[in-house]
Amino acid sequence: MKEIDIADLKKITEVVKTKYGYDFTNYAMSSFKRRVSRILEMNNMSMDALMRKLNESAFLDDFLNEITVNVTEMFRDPSFWRILRDDIIPGILLNHQKIRIWHAGCSSGEEVFSMAIMLKEMGLLENASLIATDLDTNILERAKSGIYNLKNMELNEKNYIRYQGLTSIKDYYTVENGKAVMDKSLMDNVSFRKHDLVNGDIFNKFDLVLCRNVMIYFNQTLQNEVLKKFHESLFKYGYLAIGSKESLIWCDIANKFIIVNNEEKVYKKIKD
Amino acid sequence: MTDFKLDNRYKAIVIGGSAGSFQGIVKILSNLPTNFPLPIIMCLHRLKHVRNGFVEALSIKSTLEIVEPFDKEHIKKGKVYLAPSNYHMSTELGHFFSLSTEDMVNNSRPAIDITLGTTAYVFRDKLIGILLSGANKDGGLGMKYIKDRGGMTIVQEPSECMIDTMPKAAMNLTTIDHVLKIDEIVEFFKQLHKQYK
Repeated sequence: MKEIDIADLKKITEVVKTKYGYDFTNYAMSSFKRRVSRILEMNNMSMDALMRKLNESAFLDDFLNEITVNVTEMFRDPSFWRILRDDIIPGILLNHQKIRIWHAGCSSGEEVFSMAIMLKEMGLLENASLIATDLDTNILERAKSGIYNLKNMELNEKNYIRYQGLTSIKDYYTVENGKAVMDKSLMDNVSFRKHDLVNGDIFNKFDLVLCRNVMIYFNQTLQNEVLKKFHESLFKYGYLAIGSKESLIWCDIANKFIIVNNEEKVYKKIKD
Repeated sequence: MTDFKLDNRYKAIVIGGSAGSFQGIVKILSNLPTNFPLPIIMCLHRLKHVRNGFVEALSIKSTLEIVEPFDKEHIKKGKVYLAPSNYHMSTELGHFFSLSTEDMVNNSRPAIDITLGTTAYVFRDKLIGILLSGANKDGGLGMKYIKDRGGMTIVQEPSECMIDTMPKAAMNLTTIDHVLKIDEIVEFFKQLHKQYK
């Protein structure tokens, strides 16, 4: 791995910010550094070459695609999905008949499909509206297509079994040309949208916001700003789910939430 | 016993281990002085779907508190930190951790190279890196980073390892200051502790 100095990282964030309006200034340092170093390695380019390339707008999509982390699984943390099924969704139904869910930073869509499968098995898919957003248009296209490597389905199936789903994950996809193609009807009430958590607007109100293992790529300043947006985007008594090793404790807005499940890090908005 | 000729320049210890390292880790942790003055940052290969139990198993005999840090948790002296399952754990300038779900490195998440490399970047010549038994080369490069930045490098004596691939990878990539058996590592920690009294 090539060693990159902070000055170079600053130059990159500066160009991307002024030229394209994406602000990576408050991304967590070491993972951002690894992403940049990965881009240099994959394209076999020097830092100077990358700086030149960043001035070509055609390169932006590739850059965004590589700088963001897109590693995810269906039913990641099966115990989280059980809590969602057994406690959180029933909790929402006490207040609302329709369930509005936002997947913030949906990446390649595994979490969205997991949600759709869970809701379908609960007989609630038709009562739900899901919005899945990401800043990376390439990855959104991949999420929309619902096509995954068969190899990944092994892990997804293992997670699904630990989640204790009703059937088998195999019932939700067909194999075409060696790929798993997800059942399109799962996505009937899902809309995918490009949205940047850093500078995007608040666009709707939700009963449940999922943003798991996304804010770990931000520094605390940015985590605070994004949390304010989530707070505003939630109905009162709506739920926020973050990754199991993330915490709201340090955030300014923490007192407007209570923790509903500490192990799985599900919070509930209790104050406007 | 060897005199390691230590001083009190060090601010942190980082330990990597994989297959066959568990018993050694337990022995080290159970023999630490209760007021050990440095943070100990550990990255051990572990089952990715088993989130609980590992800290508990290590804690039974440990004299110090062991925690799996949250993202952005500050590093404090006298605590033992363990990389959580299915996350990479990096040390950041400003002495806190960040977690990430990036691709596996050396087929591993958490990857030892990431924890060792980022901790070396932050603590430079004030870091001691220890690599124990393991069946792949993860950690080898991390030890090289530590050495390149002026830190001290220690590996478990290969003949004592259940699987010696890991320490040998480090020995091939960089200079190792001390090749030690677990009992000698325990003694090393005792001598180090004396420097801070």
